[in-house]
Amino acid sequence: MEEKLTLFKNRKRFGIEKNIDLIFKNTTLALSSLVAIVLFGIILVVFFQSFESFSRYGLNFLVTSEWNPVKDEYGAFTAIYGTLVTSLLSLLITIPLGVGTAIFITEDFVPKFVREIVGSFVELLAAIPSVVLGLWAIFVMEPFFREFFVFLHKFFGWIPLFSSEPAGRNSLLAIIILVVMLLPIVTSIARDSLNQVPKKLRNASYGIGASRWKTIFSVILPAALSGIMAGVLLALGRAMGETMAVTMIIGNSNVFSWSLLSPGYTISSMLANQFGEADGSQVSSLFYAAFVLMILSLVVNIFAQWLVKKFSLKY
Amino acid sequence: MIMNSLYYQKKLSRNVGDKFFTSLSVFCALIAILPLIFVVTYILIKGGAQITPELFTLEPNPPGDDLDAGGINPALIGTLVITTIASIIAIPVGVGGGIYLAEYSNGGSFSKFIRFGVNVLAGVPSIIAGVFIYALIVSTKILFGSMYSGFAGGMALSILMLPTVIKTTDEGLKLVPNELRYASLGIGASMYTTILKITLPTAFRSIATGVVLGIARAAGETAPLIFTALFSYYYIVGFEDLFYEMGSLAVLIYNFALEPYDAQNKLAWAASFILVISILTVNIFSRIFAAFTETTKRV
Repeated sequence: MEEKLTLFKNRKRFGIEKNIDLIFKNTTLALSSLVAIVLFGIILVVFFQSFESFSRYGLNFLVTSEWNPVKDEYGAFTAIYGTLVTSLLSLLITIPLGVGTAIFITEDFVPKFVREIVGSFVELLAAIPSVVLGLWAIFVMEPFFREFFVFLHKFFGWIPLFSSEPAGRNSLLAIIILVVMLLPIVTSIARDSLNQVPKKLRNASYGIGASRWKTIFSVILPAALSGIMAGVLLALGRAMGETMAVTMIIGNSNVFSWSLLSPGYTISSMLANQFGEADGSQVSSLFYAAFVLMILSLVVNIFAQWLVKKFSLKY
Repeated sequence: MIMNSLYYQKKLSRNVGDKFFTSLSVFCALIAILPLIFVVTYILIKGGAQITPELFTLEPNPPGDDLDAGGINPALIGTLVITTIASIIAIPVGVGGGIYLAEYSNGGSFSKFIRFGVNVLAGVPSIIAGVFIYALIVSTKILFGSMYSGFAGGMALSILMLPTVIKTTDEGLKLVPNELRYASLGIGASMYTTILKITLPTAFRSIATGVVLGIARAAGETAPLIFTALFSYYYIVGFEDLFYEMGSLAVLIYNFALEPYDAQNKLAWAASFILVISILTVNIFSRIFAAFTETTKRV
């Protein structure tokens, strides 16, 4: 017995084979570290490029809305406000729609193949490039909603959000196209977390006489809540960073207005519009705006991941 | 009376409420699928009408009063070139990184950190990738003195593809049963032989599906390209064109949708038609492919 073990001990791999193995391992290690390097690289590069503007305007940049390359005055309040308002309002519309659709897909109102078709339709919607949705928004959606906006202004003009004459391209259109883009994210994540709720919870609820929707509202939705919340936060991060469709339809105006019917601006549409032809301190200010956008989406994303980790092991 | 209470009573408030919420949920699902139907129909009608042989061979004409807009050949080739560059960068890095996470790391803090980083990188807005490459490559002219270039565009896209590729590799490899690894290591194969000859081929289908979906997604990305690859009206003829401005279908749609001329708008619809049809085809096929492999899985 002893002898046999030493026999195996002495059987060694050739040096070259061992080296290849080691090189392979270290190469993959280096490649996976590249993710961290790229991530930190992005944060550092954007931060250092924005440093000039940061030291000149400080936090005032966030609360003033002067954007004047001629006078060299920069403040991104309009864009930051636009980013927050469009993403939050679109999310507010998407949550009930997306969760409702997810419930439709996970419950058995209709035969399974119909639900599967609806599910894959919603997922295919996520595959449509944002720029194509923007094109569609300009030529199809905007004319469709024109009359409705006039009506909205006429009868609800006393609400500050609808107080201006509807412009051809405005923040409300951007919110609507964002709903289209967020719907697949919220729906697919809500569907996954609804599917993960154990069957016995549902059966127990039915067993004590609860109706279907009583079960959904009091048992299934609360059990899936953390997953749905994480999906909502991911969608919020996406909405804040979404560029093309929003840039094409929001009107790109740096004039601040409370009204959703007037043209607006978001950080990403400001970057898309001005980056190509900016020079001097405008570039640094744009980097500052990009940094703000990045921090916003990083915070939302990290919070979403924390939420998933914290609550995912409940069942 | 007691017997009656066992029957389904339509007017009971709980049954009315159930009906109401069920129809509400059906309504939500209808609204959710409407956009896809509308977008695809419009693109098929408006874009399909513009498809001619010349579209694929001509250069686009600069916007102006002339009625003929030309074709989209440079943009089509540009999209292929830029996505290829992005794939050449992102696939080896992503697959390699995914191999480390799934095969070598033992769930320690490093792999946790990298997995976290992958998720964070996936959430970085696509325009930030463009801003980053602009600062790193375009404004420094580090690539042989060229500023805006197809190569820079490809690099920006690769940043967006990287998280997808790592994630699918990591998850695909994790699904490979450990018995296969034990068997291979047991007969004396080294770690890298096991990975390259046993685990990677086993997980190939799921990894390939994920990677192809990632490429399809990158092909439609616009935001990282508008100030890295910019746009070009001219044919791509040689290798050196990689280091000059390069057009792409996505940027063509963006630029021409905002032109006031009808001819350019039509070209944007035509480009959307080609882009959406190819992306949807790839998506539908990989879905069918994935469903097919799921039912015929051997291991």
